[in-house]
Amino acid sequence: MNDTEVKLFENGKRLDDRKPDEMREIKIEMGVLHRAEGSCYLEWGDNKVIAAVYGPREAIPRHTQNPLRAIVKAKYNMAAFSVGDRKRPGPDRRSREISKVISEALENVILLENFPRTSIDVNIEVLDAEAGTRCAGLTAAAVALVDAGIPMKDIPVACAAGKIEDQVVLDLGKDEDNYGSADLPVAISPRTGEILLLQMDGHLTVEEFDKALDLAIKGCHIVSDIQKKAIMEKYQSIPEEK
Amino acid sequence: MTQEKREIVIPSQLLGDVKNKKAGRGTFVENGKIYAEILGILNSNSQYINVVALKGRYDPSENDFVIGIVEDAMASSWLVDINAAYPALLHVNEVPWDVDFGETERYLNYGDCIMAKVLQVDQEKKLQVTLKDRNLYKIKGGQLIDVEPSKVPRIIGKKGSMISLLKKYTKCRIFVGQNGRIWIEGSEDGVKKVIDTINKIENEALSYGLTNKIEELLKKDAKDVH
Repeated sequence: MNDTEVKLFENGKRLDDRKPDEMREIKIEMGVLHRAEGSCYLEWGDNKVIAAVYGPREAIPRHTQNPLRAIVKAKYNMAAFSVGDRKRPGPDRRSREISKVISEALENVILLENFPRTSIDVNIEVLDAEAGTRCAGLTAAAVALVDAGIPMKDIPVACAAGKIEDQVVLDLGKDEDNYGSADLPVAISPRTGEILLLQMDGHLTVEEFDKALDLAIKGCHIVSDIQKKAIMEKYQSIPEEK
Repeated sequence: MTQEKREIVIPSQLLGDVKNKKAGRGTFVENGKIYAEILGILNSNSQYINVVALKGRYDPSENDFVIGIVEDAMASSWLVDINAAYPALLHVNEVPWDVDFGETERYLNYGDCIMAKVLQVDQEKKLQVTLKDRNLYKIKGGQLIDVEPSKVPRIIGKKGSMISLLKKYTKCRIFVGQNGRIWIEGSEDGVKKVIDTINKIENEALSYGLTNKIEELLKKDAKDVH
């Protein structure tokens, strides 16, 4: 993996001049789509993600309905133009996996018992990808769910940490992800600190893992503040307008 | 009405302790603390802490008057979309006509609009509506518009103040369903004015003194009419 000439870490700075524990810039806007019940547009560095929530509505096909609670159907999709080489459109192994882990993360915070027999559909569309799209997607989906007025115990949030050239860093960029040695996306429920999603790609020692996990959780709390600010902003502006 | 700003809360926000207050609608309790579960406006004037939703699906409750659209006609019942998460059942016994078995399509068919009353909401959230009440019938003519169900109380106003204003100044017939569907019938200009005004109410639902503001607006427009 490290047979390239790329120097990922120099003089305490990363490729894009970030410090090891510095995140990329995040911009969140809530309520961007008219047809969806809730929506969110998010920019995380050069990632551009749009999330839309539909429902709760009757779950179809019928055999997927649960008479006691709602089901969450998240669908993660990468646009063909979102990556350097054209991505073949349609669901593949990777996007099905991400859809599944995001659905399960969201199921843990939504109060599903309020809507028996329904499904809550979350569509996550990646328009531009630059590493860390599953974190960006989950973060956007959470804001879209709030916008849709769906009752939740918490607003979930995700962030990744990783290892490049024996250094544990926060929020990997594209080259860091491609040529680094590990990536650790984490989603948490910020109020309780519960972990909702944890995946790892690459190799980390136990010490490095602990360090990366702490760093990622710290990152999650930063993102969570941005999320909450974006939600409040949307409604604060209305009474002032007049 | 108090002039202090309406406080907006977001899910997971800490609202209070079960020792001092009771958890009302839109909240949940964990470890003795009360948290908000939806995006909404905080209301903690009484002994309960309530959060009134800003957005979200219509949550049907019994005896609500709603506007439904027929989705399907079955042998002895209809399925009606009332903008809730579930379709509602309308049984032939609950309509004012004498319908023979299998003849349901002659009375109500796909796409027809009805004013209905929510008859029953059971624990599994199975819904039933009825047409057997005063002023409930199949809608013919007029226009139907959709608004956010959470804004319906604002459109009706205190004891119907807002809606009677609208009726007075536009001379339209208006029926506001609790599910966020509004039926309007009247002159072309009148209907247009009602829709514009309702959009305005929806956009400014969070501000105070809205009824007076809307009255002024309608008066100004109506000057040349009177």
